[in-house]
Amino acid sequence: MKLKNYLSIIVVVALLAILPMMLQSNVVLNFLIYILIVTLGAQGWNLLGGMAGQNSFGHAAFFGAGAYAISMWQINLGLSAWSGFVVAIAVGALVGWIVRFLSFRAGLRGSYFALVTLAFAEVLRVLANSAQFTGGASGRLLPIETGVQHLQFADRTYFYWFALAMVAIGLVIVRWISLTRFGAHMIAVRENEDAARALGIDVLRTKLRAITISAAMTAVSGCLYVQYFLYIDPTLVFGPKISIEVLLASMVGGLGTVFGPLVGTTALHVLGEAAKLFAGEIPGIDLAVYGCVLIAAICFLPRGLLSLWPTRSASKKAQQPAVETQP
Amino acid sequence: MYSMSIVVEAILTGMLTGSVYALVALGLTLVYGVLHIINFSHGAMLAAAMFAVLMLNQVFGLDPYVQIPILVPVLFVAGYAIQRFIIGPGSHGKDENILMITLGISIVIENVLLAIFRSDIRSINTDYSFNVFEVGPFIFSQARVFGLIGSVVTAVVLWIFLARSDTGKAIRAVSKEKLGASLVGINVNHVYATTFGIGFACLAIAACLLLPTFYVNPSIGGTFVLVAFTVVVLGGMGSIVGAMMGGLIIGVVESLSGLFLGESLGQIGIFLTFIAVLLFRPAGLFGAKA
Amino acid sequence: MMLQVKQVTMRFGGLTAIKSASLNVKKGAITGLIGPNGAGKTTLFSVASGFLKANEGSIFYKQQDITALAPHRRASLGIARTFQIVQPFAGLSVLENIVVGAFLRHADRADAERLALAVAQRVGLGQDVDRPASGLTVAGRKRLELARALATEPQLLLLDEVLAGLNPSEIRDIIPVIRDIRDSGVTILMIEHVMQAVVSLCDYVYVLAQGEMIAEGTAAEVVDNPRVVEAYLGHGAAARLAANKEKTHA
Repeated sequence: MKLKNYLSIIVVVALLAILPMMLQSNVVLNFLIYILIVTLGAQGWNLLGGMAGQNSFGHAAFFGAGAYAISMWQINLGLSAWSGFVVAIAVGALVGWIVRFLSFRAGLRGSYFALVTLAFAEVLRVLANSAQFTGGASGRLLPIETGVQHLQFADRTYFYWFALAMVAIGLVIVRWISLTRFGAHMIAVRENEDAARALGIDVLRTKLRAITISAAMTAVSGCLYVQYFLYIDPTLVFGPKISIEVLLASMVGGLGTVFGPLVGTTALHVLGEAAKLFAGEIPGIDLAVYGCVLIAAICFLPRGLLSLWPTRSASKKAQQPAVETQP
Repeated sequence: MYSMSIVVEAILTGMLTGSVYALVALGLTLVYGVLHIINFSHGAMLAAAMFAVLMLNQVFGLDPYVQIPILVPVLFVAGYAIQRFIIGPGSHGKDENILMITLGISIVIENVLLAIFRSDIRSINTDYSFNVFEVGPFIFSQARVFGLIGSVVTAVVLWIFLARSDTGKAIRAVSKEKLGASLVGINVNHVYATTFGIGFACLAIAACLLLPTFYVNPSIGGTFVLVAFTVVVLGGMGSIVGAMMGGLIIGVVESLSGLFLGESLGQIGIFLTFIAVLLFRPAGLFGAKA
Repeated sequence: MMLQVKQVTMRFGGLTAIKSASLNVKKGAITGLIGPNGAGKTTLFSVASGFLKANEGSIFYKQQDITALAPHRRASLGIARTFQIVQPFAGLSVLENIVVGAFLRHADRADAERLALAVAQRVGLGQDVDRPASGLTVAGRKRLELARALATEPQLLLLDEVLAGLNPSEIRDIIPVIRDIRDSGVTILMIEHVMQAVVSLCDYVYVLAQGEMIAEGTAAEVVDNPRVVEAYLGHGAAARLAANKEKTHA
């Protein structure tokens, strides 16, 4: 783990960490926390969709799985929030694995896979809606118990730093993966599955690993959401809004890049808030803007905003002085 | 448990609703068969069409059935324009892009509707909304029966159009062999846009047929998309007959799920069918390999 | 014997693409597989590399039955293949493409990149390592296919028409590269249409026509074989050619 590969992450995280100390407004802090939560979810999506090329339209399935896992762990079973956190990650990963395994068995790719993920999210939503032990359609409130041991913080700033820490871990994980063999495998699978197979890559295993990590990350995002807003209901956590937000953030920010989700989420939400300012508090205005942005992004900037940022060439690192030249 | 006649009635009612689902799916399967794209905005457009019917009814007092000749050309033009000017050029030819663009369109439509109409559920009441036909021990809503008739008629008309008319033949040519069709002078872009327009025109008819007995709110687009996809996947992508049969089956599945599992879980039957078909028989009942 | 294809039959619905075809590839040799278009050569390759499952017959690699083995497992056993329709990873640079192959046997990125660079030099892409793969010429892409396969450090290399689409000088340049690969210890089975290359490179040749193996032997033997001539030039062509030869000698 060479330090210089992570320098940019360290710089960005440090800057973000001191941000709340320069702010007075709680509203802005709230806004930033929400951005961090969605960023984490988007990082999960980006791993699967951006790096491995498997577009999912139903990432809410993992978000909601994590959210419900941690809330039911606390409410129904009365256990600690932290152990619930761990359980939620495992649950999210498991749901991801199941979805991919079934889809791969059936040979689903591309658009079909996207649709199946949507169907799964909807199934979970309808189930959560009708089951009694999840609180049904009216949702549930988490009991307020401030204190680190309950994963709730009296001061919003602490939650901000906790969320930031999670996002930072996500950034590090994505950067680390992109440098390893696993990362190269994912990209190969994204670009051309047959060529990847011919080069010895186990496509199924790569996809399964990708979705498991992706789902786990998004599940953490769901946990953060629930622990901050202390409220959960099926449409909020399993609904299409979340699925769309994490997808959009990655597409707009930069598919397959480390900072793409962060950039994309920030850009989208700033845009959304600006739209609300101009047009008033009309419901749906922000999402309508998102839709236009998505269309514009595909038409004009398919690789996202970060494609405008110049990249270093890879071979400079590989060139050793003692390379013999062919006659 | 339930008496036989209740179950049979549920099945028959399901078939009535299913026939309109079939009509919705018809446009989708046609678009897939010719353009080979999955049009995600299909459901949102249906919602928009239904709101149009609602508005025309409330503002001008027009009966939904009367609106069919008005809305069909409007939606046809909308579909043509969207394909010709947004989807076609914007996708740069890649399939994943098309999926995303149609997703974007659906988001925009759905949320513009939300902004204009808010999220309350609306429905209209016509004089005949509650009229029924009585056939033996069974009671059928008149409007639903008209829905069945309307959708069968549309399917037949579409079939004849595709089989006999010049445009129809051009459409079939493009769906089988795009390059060859363009080499004999068929304007492929025009055909694509026309097909898309036809797909949306079917939605206009479906909206008029649905509204007397259905409710509408901006988010039903999402549900309809999945229902339509289930029908298309079940019947086989690109098959008109498949869409009709698939629609009937799905209508029955929904009706029976509602009966046995309770109203709120009625839709689960549909989603589970969707997943099951994709996992076990992705080609559907009548489709070619997708 | 590196590779043994035993009585392989491949059917697609009603069409029999390959009927009971067999061939043996000797270790350290360059073996050719030729035949007119549509004979089924690429299909045979796909069966040998695991992308298609034969209806009948078996594939043996180094005396081990690999008939049921998935493509990626065969790659890790040492079988590499190139594709007739070149499939580079379009979004990546030339070096990154080759690195994917190198990763098969080297988990560390630095090692993989070193190997990839060396392979690139060997096939003549040393200057182009940073270019996007999609920006290469046809000849460049063929070399990239070759490099990617080589980076997996195979023992058996299946080349599918690696010379197709190259002009005569490009062909002249790549032939020594292929010979060099064999000299470094890799066994090669190549599908080829360019007869000059087959004659100058191949130690042994198999001829496939309409799904059946119709001849085998050294390049010289096969070229003279009347059945082979007929397969390429049509029924009765061999007799006509022989008659012509007599006339000009008379």
